[in-house]
Parts: sequence; structure tokens; C-alpha cells
Amino acid sequence: MARHVIAKVEELDIGKSKLVKVAGRDIALFNVKGEFFAIANRCPHEGADLCRGQVVGLAEADEPGKVRMTRHGELVRCPWHGWEFDIRTGKSWCDPARTRVKSFDVSVAKGGALTEGPYQAETFPVSIDEDYVVVEI
Amino acid sequence: MDTAVTQQRSMLSQLGAIDCDVHPDAPGREDLLPYFDDYWREIVTTRDVDRLELTNFPTRTKPFFREDWKATEGKGVEKLRKNLLDPYGLKYAILNCVTAVHAIYDPYLATAVCRATNDWLKAEWLDRDPRLRASLVLPMQNPEAAVEEIERFADDKRFVQVLTLCMGEMPLGRRTYWPVYEAAQRHGFALGVHAGSAYRHAPSQSGFLSYLAEDYVHQVQGFAAQVGSFVSEGVLGKFPDMKIVLIESGVSWLPGQMWRMSKDWRGARIEIPWVKESPSALVRRQIRMTTQPFDAPRDPAELERIIEHLDCDDMLLFSTDYPHAQFEGEAAIPAGFPERLIDRLVRENALATYPRLED
Amino acid sequence: MDQAVLDKNTKADAKLGIVDCDIHPAFGSPAELAKFLPVRWRDHLADYGQRSANPVVGTLPYPRMTPGNGMRRDSWPPNGGPPASDLAFLQEQLLDPLGIEYGILQPLAAGSSTLNQELGAAMCAAVNDWQLDKWTGPDPRLKASICVTQEDVPAALAEIEARIGDRSFAQIAIPPRTIEPAGRRRYWPIYEAAEHYDMPIGMHSAAYGQHANSGAGWLDFYIEEHYAFSHSLQSVVTSMVFEGVFERFPKLKLVVVEGGFAWAAPLMWRLDKQWERMRSEVPHVKRPPSEYIRENVWFTTQPIEEPENNRHLLDTLRWVGADRLMFSTDYPHWDFDDPRYAFKVPLSPTERVQIFRDNAKRVYRLP
Ligand code: FES
Repeated sequence: MARHVIAKVEELDIGKSKLVKVAGRDIALFNVKGEFFAIANRCPHEGADLCRGQVVGLAEADEPGKVRMTRHGELVRCPWHGWEFDIRTGKSWCDPARTRVKSFDVSVAKGGALTEGPYQAETFPVSIDEDYVVVEI
Repeated sequence: MDTAVTQQRSMLSQLGAIDCDVHPDAPGREDLLPYFDDYWREIVTTRDVDRLELTNFPTRTKPFFREDWKATEGKGVEKLRKNLLDPYGLKYAILNCVTAVHAIYDPYLATAVCRATNDWLKAEWLDRDPRLRASLVLPMQNPEAAVEEIERFADDKRFVQVLTLCMGEMPLGRRTYWPVYEAAQRHGFALGVHAGSAYRHAPSQSGFLSYLAEDYVHQVQGFAAQVGSFVSEGVLGKFPDMKIVLIESGVSWLPGQMWRMSKDWRGARIEIPWVKESPSALVRRQIRMTTQPFDAPRDPAELERIIEHLDCDDMLLFSTDYPHAQFEGEAAIPAGFPERLIDRLVRENALATYPRLED
Repeated sequence: MDQAVLDKNTKADAKLGIVDCDIHPAFGSPAELAKFLPVRWRDHLADYGQRSANPVVGTLPYPRMTPGNGMRRDSWPPNGGPPASDLAFLQEQLLDPLGIEYGILQPLAAGSSTLNQELGAAMCAAVNDWQLDKWTGPDPRLKASICVTQEDVPAALAEIEARIGDRSFAQIAIPPRTIEPAGRRRYWPIYEAAEHYDMPIGMHSAAYGQHANSGAGWLDFYIEEHYAFSHSLQSVVTSMVFEGVFERFPKLKLVVVEGGFAWAAPLMWRLDKQWERMRSEVPHVKRPPSEYIRENVWFTTQPIEEPENNRHLLDTLRWVGADRLMFSTDYPHWDFDDPRYAFKVPLSPTERVQIFRDNAKRVYRLP
């Protein structure tokens, strides 16, 4: 387990996603209402890049024609066949038990705190005053 | 008679088999006249409402009346007894009267003919043999009247199902029909969807077909469209206690459609968010199919594979599709049908599908 | 039960050299096509538009699930323009990484569904020119379709005659939703020419037609329409068999495109049974329908069916036959199949070569 600094907080707006390559993995990083989440980038269906999917809410209905939208910005819809994944957990909406992508622990830390300790910034220059997204792999 | 035939016969009677698709002779005007009131008697006589037979389902043609059965002496119930009820030792036979009533445009005439047909079924068939059960013929052209017809027969438990066609005016999932389903569910009727087209629309996306053989092949498309419609319009979730029986559908086309719909649902479910489970799961819970015809490969060993693809031991209901020429001799149960499911096939599944049917 | 997800062992065989039987090229802008149209029709389009049986103008009556009328979200070229309108990006995203040796172009904006048939013929000719100019010329991996107006048979024949000498064209394309069933005699001259020139007829699912998309009327949802596409293909096969097309043109090759293929086996069983039952109605059909299909018809694989239990697809493959299947991606549409991962069951090396390459090479006569 190591912690990797993968992005500056300010480079990823709310509702946006980004592909990061870290420790040999492709990871899709999302900013959900100011919170950061990271899941494996590769869709388990046919391999599309989830970082290129649409960030959406959850459409639900108990009655035909009576639809409500909840959980705005918390799901990503695969750019190919549209399977929805919960950005927080990596679980697919349609088959959460069996169809899921790995999700990674993400935290935000000040650059100052990152200069010491077990952090790996790899090719990433860290400056003391800014906030960074850190993923644990 | 060879031993296999004798065995199948005695097995069916031992198990108390329920035949879920038996066709009475389609009634003509002469048959129905006693059951019309004076206005409608005048109308059907003066305006030549006579031979009520669907072009798409012509019951008097060769494929629709097996030669050996046709040759039997007698008519009506008597003939049915000789050909089917006695030799197969059936506990029940469910009569599905497929007539041109579905194709009539005038909603009031359609209603009158439905009412007469149901009264005729009761008097000429149900009252004459205790083994007979029937489907109510409904005027789907007039959903309000269809509901009334369900209410009219709610207390006669010998009517166990309401009947419509796989190719009518509109996809059957439409809300227009929901009051009919509400009434059917409330009284414990199953919804029977039978092969046949009212020719409101061409049976193919390229128009009307030249031959009856092609037309019959196309019934599958009608059934498949209805399965898609029931799933996506939310009918299955809305009326969870009503089983939908696909009658004379061919069976083996369904797994492929379930696979496709379930795949598509994962990506397209936002179009129909009220469908919260995969279409396959919904279909397995609520859709049932009669087993003649069963479009299976020549090798009986392959049948078990199709049953495995259906992956639902409750789905199949035994039927002969009498008097249509679907199978040779007495081999009503498709060759290769797994032993372990026979009980369910010939009896248990029907009892679970038709709550009005008493064990 | 298996998972409906990637099997790590299903590896791409990059060296194989795949034939993709379904690629949809797009115009960068309408002007691209206008260049190939006579002034008379350019003016007509500007003044009256292109009328079709689609009830709404400029978009689809069953809205798709993704922008661009159902495109893969990652398929917009970085240099602008709609998906599959930029050759360089098509090469970069599709042909090169997936090892596609040949790709069959299936233009969807052709004139075959245009109600004004004279305009339709002009559109078809223009689309055919455009395919050569923009696609097959610059990248010979791509093969064009001779788009024709099947409802105006003499015009279709003239277009076939005009193009047939150019081996950049690999098939004659007509939509499956013809006005009359595809086996009817009015279309036979097209089949006769196809057989004569040994060109397959490609029938690709069409988004609109002049008859309802089910025998019970128009369906309500896209998820229903999407499956009903396969029905139009089933009707083509049924009609061509029962009208005796393959009896009359025994060497005719028919490719049905974009309907999946799990339905093909039950259809063959049903056709054989009904043929036996009603043989005297169709005395001109001499053999069981499945025999014609096994000689004259091929099915492209996309959108591939995905059973909950992956292994059930093995039965389907056995029933349909690997010799009848040809791989297709449907790029750049949302229901795209990736050759590396579409089949979630193991294929034998022979099946793999047949489905991904050799069947198509033979059918389209590719070197
Ligand atoms: S590749 Fe993601 S849904 Fe198919």
C-alpha cells in the first residue's frame, strides 16, 4: 500500500473526471460535489474508458412515467454501452454484486504535509501551499 | 400404437394433465345467433357478419386441422372427447377460441360478438363436459366493455383466462389496456396472448407476406414485440399477480430476446427507470408459454439446452394446440423434454398460472 | 454462473487481421455530399429537404441513449466534426489499434429510404462517389457499399452497372425495410445482378421504414425498437427463402447486418417446421429453408447477445454455425462491439479465424 499524489485539487472541477496513470494502473478520478473518488478506469464490460463517461444522477421510478432524479453527479455512465457505475463504490447499478470496478481510497492533503512521509509524487511537482488529491494503492 | 405413444398417454392421464391450448371450432353466425339480442341478431343477419375467421389464422385450412382428427365422426364437444379428452386422459382442457372478433373495427359489434361467443362457449362447451375450461374472448377495441365482460363472468370459475392476439391494434403494454389488466388481476384471470393478427398492421416491417407459411413464422415477431412491450411499459411490475401466457408462440425464440433485452436494459434503462430488474428476471417471474408448437432442433438431445437457456422451471405449460397439425401421432410433449420437469409441465405450472383453476 | 464481464483470458489476436463488416462513415458537413450532387438536386435539397418515412425531421423518432443519435461518447474526433467523419481519427481509434485489415463501410444517409426516388437515386450515386473519394481512396483497408434505391429497380441496376468494375466496392447495400417483402419478384433484378457479379447483398438494420416496426403497431421505446431491428432481418431471410429467391439465384450471397444472431437458430427451426407443414403452399421451395440459409446467408455478430450464463452462447454458436457469422463493430455507434472482448466465451482457433476474418474475406472477395 502506498500513497500517490495524483492531481491538484484545483485542476478538477465539480462533475469532471480525469484519467491518471499511477503505479501501472489506469485510474479514473472524479470530483463529486467537491469530494474526490477514484475507480479503475476500464469498464468491466468491454473495456471502455470510464473517465470518458458521462457523470450523471440516478433516474428512479416506482410507477411508469413518474421519474425522479436523485444522487446528482454520483454515477458515471460508460461511454459505450451506458452501464452506470456508482462513483463512490465502483459498483454497477444494474448488477452491483457481480459487476463492479475497483475503487480506491482517496484523500486531499496540503502540499506541505506531503513533502514528508510515505507519499509518492512520482513525476508530480508538489508545492507546499496547494491542495492535492492523494490515492492509496 | 407403439409403446412410446401408449406410455405418453398413460403418463398424461396418470398425472392429470392440463392442456392449456385447445381450439373449439370457430363459431359462425348460425352458432352465435341464439346468443345475440334482437338488435344484434338483425345486424349480423342483414349485414352478413358470418364467417368469423381470421385470414391470418384460418382454422379451416389444412395446417390448422389435422387430417386424422378431422376425419373423426361427430362435432363439437363430442368430437373433442373422442379426439383429445378421452385418449389423453386430460384433467382439464383450456379452450381458446381464436376468431375474427379481434379484427372487427366497430367496437360495439366486436363487443356483441365477444359476448355471444363467451355465452356460446359456456352453453355449448363448458356446460357439456366438466373437464373443459375456457378463455374469455375480449373486445380489446373497447377496453371498457372488456372490463364489463370480465365482471360478467367473474363468478364462473370455468373461465380462467382472458384472451387477446399477439398482433392487434397496439402493443399490449400500452396504458389503454391497463383497466382490463386491473380487472383480470383482481379476479385472478391470466392474460392469454394467442398467435394471430388482426391485420391492423402488416405482420412484417416490409408489409404483408405472400404465404401462410411466412405469416405463421412471423407470429414469433408479434410475441416478441409484446414481451418487449409488457416489460418496458411496466405492465409486469404494475400487475405482478397476473401471469401472461404466450399461446402457440414457438418457445425457443425467447432466450435470445431475454439476452438482448437484459443487455440493452443495462445501458438503456434510464429510458424506462420503472423497470428495476433485468427484463429476464421479470419475464421469468410472470411470462408463461404453451409448448406446442415448440420450435426445436431436429436432435431431441438439444431440447434440454433450450430449457436450460429459459432457466425457469415454472415457465412451460403443456398444450396440444388441438386440432392444429403441430405434431405427429400423440407425441404432444416435445421429444427430449426432461423427465424431471414433466410434472410441472403437464400440471403444476398450469395450476400456478391460473389461480381460478382448482386442483 | 459466469459474470457478464471481461474474461481476462479472452485476448485480442492482433496478428489475426480482422474484417469489420459494419463501419458507419459520416459526413464532416452536409457540404461534403453536396459536392457530388448535381446542381438540380443540391437546390432541391436546399429548398425541400430529403423526405423519408421518418416522422421527424433531422433526428430520430426513438431518441438514442447518447448524443449524435447514438454515438460512442469517446468517438468525437479531436479536430471537430461528428463521429466517424475524420479518417485519421477513425484509423487511430478503430482500424489501427484493433488490427482491422478490412472494414466494410455501411453509409446510413444514403438515398435508399428517400421517398422521392429520383432524389434517392442521386443521393445514392453521390454517396457512392463520396465513399471512394473520402474513404476507400485514401485508405484501401476500407471497402465501400454500392448504395442503391431498391424501390426503383432500373435506377438501382444502372448504379450497380456504373460501379461494379471498381473493386473498392465490396457489396450492394439495400435496407431490410423494403416496401414489399424482400423476396418479392420486383426486387429480383437486383438479386440477379448481384449473383451475376458475385457481389453480396448487404442488408443493414434501418431506423425507419414505411410499415410499423411490429405486427402490433409502432412500439413506444427505443429499447423495444432496438430489438425489433432484428425482426426486419428475420423477415428478409424468411421472405427470400419462401419466395424462392435462393432457389432461383443459388449463388446469391446475403449478409444481414446489425441484428445480433441468437435468433437465427430458432428462426431456422421454425422455418423448417412450417415448410414441412405447408410445403404444398410453396412448391417452388424445394429444400428445407435452413439448407438455403446455410449456403446463402451470413449474419454479422453485433450487437452480440450476452446471456447471463456466458456459456449458453456456445450452444448458439453451435446451432448457427461459425461458418455463418462475420464480426462487426458498428463503429461509432453506442452499441459498438470490441473484437477483443465481445465474445465472452472461448472460441476455437478455427472459429476465431472464420468469424473474425475468413468468412468475410470469402463473402466480400477480399484479397
Ligand atoms: S464497455 Fe462499458 S458498458 Fe460496455
